[in-house]
Amino acid sequence: MEITLSVILGFMIIGAIYALNAKDLLSALIACGIVGYGLVICFLLLKAPDLAIVQIVVETITLIIMVSVVLDSTRKELKEKAGTHMEGISKIYTRDVINIAAVIVFALFLLYFFTQAIDVLQPFGEHTTRMATAYIDGAAQKTGSANLVTGVLFDFRGYDTLGEATILFTAVIGVLTILRIKGKK
Amino acid sequence: MNGMTSIVKTVTRIVVGVIFIYGVYVITHGHLTPGGGFAGGAIVAGAFILLVLAFGSDVLKLKTKEEGSSVFESLAILLFLILALGGFILGTGIFLNNYFPKGIIGELISAGVIPLYNIAVGIEVAAALFTIFLALVIFKEESS
Repeated sequence: MEITLSVILGFMIIGAIYALNAKDLLSALIACGIVGYGLVICFLLLKAPDLAIVQIVVETITLIIMVSVVLDSTRKELKEKAGTHMEGISKIYTRDVINIAAVIVFALFLLYFFTQAIDVLQPFGEHTTRMATAYIDGAAQKTGSANLVTGVLFDFRGYDTLGEATILFTAVIGVLTILRIKGKK
Repeated sequence: MNGMTSIVKTVTRIVVGVIFIYGVYVITHGHLTPGGGFAGGAIVAGAFILLVLAFGSDVLKLKTKEEGSSVFESLAILLFLILALGGFILGTGIFLNNYFPKGIIGELISAGVIPLYNIAVGIEVAAALFTIFLALVIFKEESS
């Protein structure tokens, strides 16, 4: 299973890199879709169908909205920006060299600390917190919910769910306030 | 926003009810099968977004729909809070307490308040996503 996961994650990385370098905004969006739907398959492989359903629906809706926005927008500003990349390719600037060197050095640093941190962790799939065992032991009896995830979400972690609903509410208020051009009378 | 071709309209007319019912199923069976309020609400919102995208409509009709959906959203989060406060008043004085009888595990009507929470969150998510989409459509047409 880990090999399959690695292959899908590799595809997701390739899709993300292509999305950054794509010439067309629409193809960049489709490449973003590779990342999202790859994540869905990863969730399914890791046996998290609740998350997979949410991810596939939200990914589809955001993709549809973004594609309709891109198809609706004028292509003028996109074409103007494409020409600026080709200038000054032959020269090597010392500033670029310093930047790239700094990136490599910091990446090596982070890799070192990452390996240090990952040695302490438990093997994959074994949790470190004691709360998880308490949740799993007899959660179905305590909450009466056959789906353990829902039982945890709405009973043990009720405040979390309330907070998430509040975040959505606030997001809608923010969108309505910022996007409104004319004031309401 | 203009509507799409008649092929899209016909397919939408057939499919949109099925999508809506599936969303309602995911919401109401959240305590039995994978899914729940968030996933089902997003599916219901997807059905409404499909309708608007396929048929298109003039701004005036959409405006009343936007007001309706934002009212639904506020009512849903109020319902969630009232249900949570119900635990405070009826139950043992704990906020978000599961105060209804649990019933038999695995049946549709079981798990106390959890299905009601699921329904409230489902309406909230569906209305929120649809309101954001409608806001994007309406305010773009207003500015142009």
